[in-house]
Amino acid sequence: MTQTTHTAIADQVDDSHHPQSFISKYIWSQDHKVIAIQYSITAIGVGLVALVLSGMMRLQLGFPDQFSFIDPSSYLQFVTMHGMIMVIYLLTALLLGGFGNYLIPLMIGARDMVFPYLNMLSYWTYLLAVIVLLASFFVSGGPTGAGWTLYPPQAILNGTPGADNGIVFMLISLAIFIVAFTMGGLNYVTTILQARAKGMTLMRMPLTVWGIFVATILGLLAFPALLVSAIMMLFDKLVGTSFFMPAILSLGENIDYKGGSPILFQHLFWFFGHPEVYIVALPAFGMVSDVIATHARKNIFGYRMMVWAIIAIGGLSFVVWAHHMYVSGMNPYFGFFFATTTLIIAVPTAIKVYNWLLTLWQGNIHLTIPMLFAIGFIFTFTHGGLTGLMLGNVVVDLPLSDTYFVVAHFHMVMGVSPVMVLFAAIYHWFPKVSGKFLHTGLGKVHFWGTFLGTYAIYLPMHYLGFLGVPRRYYAMGTTDFIPESAQALNASITISAIIVGVIQLVFVFNVIWSVFKGKKAGDNPWNSTTLEWQTSQTPPVHGNWGPSLPVVHRWAYDFSVPGVKDDFIPQNVHPDQVIMLEKEDGAEMVKGAENEEGMQNNKSGDIT
Amino acid sequence: MTFFRELTDKPWLTEYVPLELTETKAESNELPAKTALKFFLVVVTVLFVLFTITFLSRSQANDFQALSGEPWLPFTDASQLWINTTILLFAGVCMQLTVFFLKKEQINRFILLISCGCLLSCLFIFGQINVWQQLYYAGFALTENPANSYFYLLTGIHGLHIIGGVLALSYVVFQFWLKNNKKRLLDNLTLCTVYWHYLFVVWLFLFALLTGNTATYKSIALFCGF
Repeated sequence: MTQTTHTAIADQVDDSHHPQSFISKYIWSQDHKVIAIQYSITAIGVGLVALVLSGMMRLQLGFPDQFSFIDPSSYLQFVTMHGMIMVIYLLTALLLGGFGNYLIPLMIGARDMVFPYLNMLSYWTYLLAVIVLLASFFVSGGPTGAGWTLYPPQAILNGTPGADNGIVFMLISLAIFIVAFTMGGLNYVTTILQARAKGMTLMRMPLTVWGIFVATILGLLAFPALLVSAIMMLFDKLVGTSFFMPAILSLGENIDYKGGSPILFQHLFWFFGHPEVYIVALPAFGMVSDVIATHARKNIFGYRMMVWAIIAIGGLSFVVWAHHMYVSGMNPYFGFFFATTTLIIAVPTAIKVYNWLLTLWQGNIHLTIPMLFAIGFIFTFTHGGLTGLMLGNVVVDLPLSDTYFVVAHFHMVMGVSPVMVLFAAIYHWFPKVSGKFLHTGLGKVHFWGTFLGTYAIYLPMHYLGFLGVPRRYYAMGTTDFIPESAQALNASITISAIIVGVIQLVFVFNVIWSVFKGKKAGDNPWNSTTLEWQTSQTPPVHGNWGPSLPVVHRWAYDFSVPGVKDDFIPQNVHPDQVIMLEKEDGAEMVKGAENEEGMQNNKSGDIT
Repeated sequence: MTFFRELTDKPWLTEYVPLELTETKAESNELPAKTALKFFLVVVTVLFVLFTITFLSRSQANDFQALSGEPWLPFTDASQLWINTTILLFAGVCMQLTVFFLKKEQINRFILLISCGCLLSCLFIFGQINVWQQLYYAGFALTENPANSYFYLLTGIHGLHIIGGVLALSYVVFQFWLKNNKKRLLDNLTLCTVYWHYLFVVWLFLFALLTGNTATYKSIALFCGF
């Protein structure tokens, strides 16, 4: 193949056609910002459905047999749909489809994604996946109640709710979602690699972009495992093959399956499932780093370490999957290996937590709403992470497996923590998306209600786990080893959960109210350094940058640089244009590279 | 190795800042679609590797009956599959020549060969469906045995990728017809050709995998530690 030279994207003339009609501008839009908002609204909408489902299952657990509309089957269906929607259709879609789409081109100084049409297709395919998923509520037998892990053989056997149609809709919806994600993911990685503005070297990228970049690569490599398992299980269900189905006697009858391996499904599922944790966590890590640095007015501590930690976590996340399977009957020697890798992956993760704390240390901390949520995240993530270390050890996991302790752990680390970051990110970037601030008072109610409320939910849940209360049970009945007082705890958890759920309505109201009546924000309300805040219009128009693209002259974290007038220097400010502090006698200090050098030396002591 | 070199950069230090390099030259001049194709091929590779791992694992079960190795098994004589392989090989050759003649601006040959490339790819699909029919009528139906299931499943998924390629190629030609941008056509055809060669290699791999005999699977599984 001969080498042909192409003009780099940052050197190309802007020849994009700006859409005129309402439909091409807001419906069939190819603008990454509109697609991001479409992704976000769909994801939050379906997430609210999942929130209601969790409320229903909590009602049953807190006040058993008080509600006639929750029977054992529907309880299992609520559990399953809540889990799957939250993990895949809300968190993955909102973090990558929503924030990834909005922030990547703006943060790296591009006009749009490199394949805008594919980007549009990605959203509409995602919407189709959501519709197919929600359609399963209306088919006969209802949605699947197999648990979000969809383990065979029970997922497709009679006796499990939704085993006739619900599971088929679920698997098809997942396959469609993976197609949508692959289209989006190829776009994100190519855009980050190819369309960066001049001067935007990899190590000048904000950590948000790094997080999204590595998470997308993880997604591209991990989702095929889910696709493989979904296709093979569909064959088992619809055609009658025996990929995962062993010989089975069901309800007194021999079923036409033989020889398949259910554990093979578990390996495949968790080979996807564990990287999925980091597909959600890495963008959250990146975004929280930027929020903390901006609102503490301090450069992120150990930027390079943070980047390498993201890459290391990404790599290691592919070799820890079987810590979800200690009790599955796999070869016991696997447990030793996977417990070891699980402990190893905690090292780069801990580095990140230390670096966030050290960024806060002696920072000029502004307790804005995004910062409150970011600090809240550090709490919830540390707690969830530490219980993860406990469960990562085989001997500790065995007695705790399938108890509420596990539920509490993964909700703290994978539910509450990314959601805290999502709220931090929404409060932080909403002024750029809409041009308006979200209301601070309502934001405080939202934060304290959510933060304290989630602790009121999940701290007691750890204790229930220690007592041995198993997860996924519709009702405990009379059980000797669990004291009756556990029920009182369960009731209090339910009340907390309902309060937290209702408080989210404050947030929804805040968003809708602020879009129309919010305080005007201006272009760069948080005095941020990164490129998305440097657009000449807010919200940015189609093409983002007007006639010429920005040129990047510095890394993303020039906050509180000594000797400089403002406490931040945007990435696109040329060294000659940095305004220095005036000396006491009123004469301006020498501007330009010489001073830059002094500043940089001063800074570098912090970082290297 | 630029990517890894860049990871060691310290743009916040004084001695860094090679201004002339970073701020006047944009990052990369590779065709974006080429980068995307590379990632896409990695994704497809992961997909087939995972299928292969499940195949090897499943092949160790007692009920697994390989499709060759004994005279009465269908792929002990795999001549029909060899014919299909040759067809797919020629489809790839046609695609390669298409790029060659487009560069030489020999339009008639270009049209002839791109049509041949498409037709041979479709012929390959029909050839595979023919093999499916023969298998079915010989009593090797989809659910009879996991080896049969895998044969139908993997050839089907490979076939879907070929059909996807033909659709993408049609889109590329359609775009040329609309916009008459020859450089873009050449770029995109080059990428299509890479995809065709890739799918040919995947097919060779699947061919070898699916037509192995029990002893082969046992030794591979032993080697891999299953």
